[in-house]
Amino acid sequence: MTKEHANWSPYDNNGGTCVAIAGADYCVIAADTRMSTGYSILTRDYSKICKLADKSFMASSGFQADVKALQKVLSSRHLIYQHQHNKQMSCPAMAQLLSNTLYYKRFFPYYAFNVLGGLDSEGKGCVFTYDAVGSYERVGYSAQGSGATLITPFLDNQLKSPSPLLLPAKDAVTPLSEAEAVDLVKTCFASATERDIYTGDSVEIIILNANGVRHESEQLRKD
Amino acid sequence: MFRNQYDTDVTTWSPAGRLFQVEYDMEAVKQGSAAIGLRSKTHAVLACVNKANSELSSHQRKIFKVDDHIGVAIAGLTADGRVLSRYMRSECINYGYTYESPLPVGRLVVQLADKAQVCTQRSWKRPYGVGLLVAGLDESGAHLYYNCPSGNYFEYQAFAIGSRSQAAKTYLERKFESFLESSRDDLIKDALFAIRETLQGEKLTSTVCTVAVVGVGEAFNILDQATVQALINEFEISGEQAPATASVAEEAAGDAAADQGGAAAEEEAAPMDI
Repeated sequence: MTKEHANWSPYDNNGGTCVAIAGADYCVIAADTRMSTGYSILTRDYSKICKLADKSFMASSGFQADVKALQKVLSSRHLIYQHQHNKQMSCPAMAQLLSNTLYYKRFFPYYAFNVLGGLDSEGKGCVFTYDAVGSYERVGYSAQGSGATLITPFLDNQLKSPSPLLLPAKDAVTPLSEAEAVDLVKTCFASATERDIYTGDSVEIIILNANGVRHESEQLRKD
Repeated sequence: MFRNQYDTDVTTWSPAGRLFQVEYDMEAVKQGSAAIGLRSKTHAVLACVNKANSELSSHQRKIFKVDDHIGVAIAGLTADGRVLSRYMRSECINYGYTYESPLPVGRLVVQLADKAQVCTQRSWKRPYGVGLLVAGLDESGAHLYYNCPSGNYFEYQAFAIGSRSQAAKTYLERKFESFLESSRDDLIKDALFAIRETLQGEKLTSTVCTVAVVGVGEAFNILDQATVQALINEFEISGEQAPATASVAEEAAGDAAADQGGAAAEEEAAPMDI
């Protein structure tokens, strides 16, 4: 006796990859701009990155309808926070809010794989990585989405300290300079685009530092 | 208005067709410290008098940002005002969430009015004891509304509420025809003048008043004390100078709004002529 399965799913996967890297005084958040469904491309020009607060940007891959809904909920909650506290939410605070918001829908999850990047209250870069139901951790770098399995080992090779035993415990930030980190991100996407069919078209990069926000865009293979 | 047998309940009519509780409620607004509002085609300015109970305590907040395009100044029971501001903020956030566009001021004001009306028709409630001056921007430009505790609302070119607001209203009545075409800075200047009228000779400084602006291309924001004090100094309206001196000083100020400054010099003489 096999169980009957639904012939309709409330979810779809629109593909794409997101990456974030935390630096000593900057944070880089990047995502490709391809949106797909099945083996088709819906658009080559869709932003997966959302500014939640002055110092918090969220990049999400997965089901973009859920991502959009999640972004709206968080933006509204941030407005309420600003009215009540007369200031912007800090990145760690937003990180907790995102986790709570995701777990709130534990039994009908947001199909969103998120990476939150920003500056903490000391001005240091911070990156938080999530699963679909809100489990999160502060890390020095992270990749989520269809190309994550291709990018993460590469970032481990470039950014992870050789051994936790050899060196003293480090901050969860990379020693790279801002320019080097941006370059590394472009390399990541160029490589992932080669082998992941859902990643490509172009990559949108946000660089957050003490001076403010900067945008960069780089073309990727369109096949 | 004297105590009578029809004023115990908000749900009791008097033989003359009056709801005394609602009228008493309007009195509460008159007890609050002054708040004034005025608008041009493109900007709306709110200003209020901030009087702390004692030197030891802080001022009560009377101007609230409701959304980027709407702000409110209150007079009366500030606690009621705070609660209503929270309601207005919530409505704006929900509307923005659903429609991805700003809630039109006119709609918000009607919702507020309906909310106030409910309290005039329930025996277990009391009316909100606060008058609200709602300043906002929509597609047709800047607007100023006054919401009564009675549930009525009106749109105004300029208005003043709270204690000694009649003095400000007199000033505004004389000047209001020029407001529609006024520049932002002139509007703020007129607001400060009006506030000064309610102070009845007391010195106008940025510690006793708060000013907020909303306009085309400018999100609702409360001006900080330094900016307000600078404006007061610039316009030299602390109430001590003679009209002639004030005009000369104004022309010599040489601020950015030089043209408006020149025209304003003549207007400035007027209030001090009273």
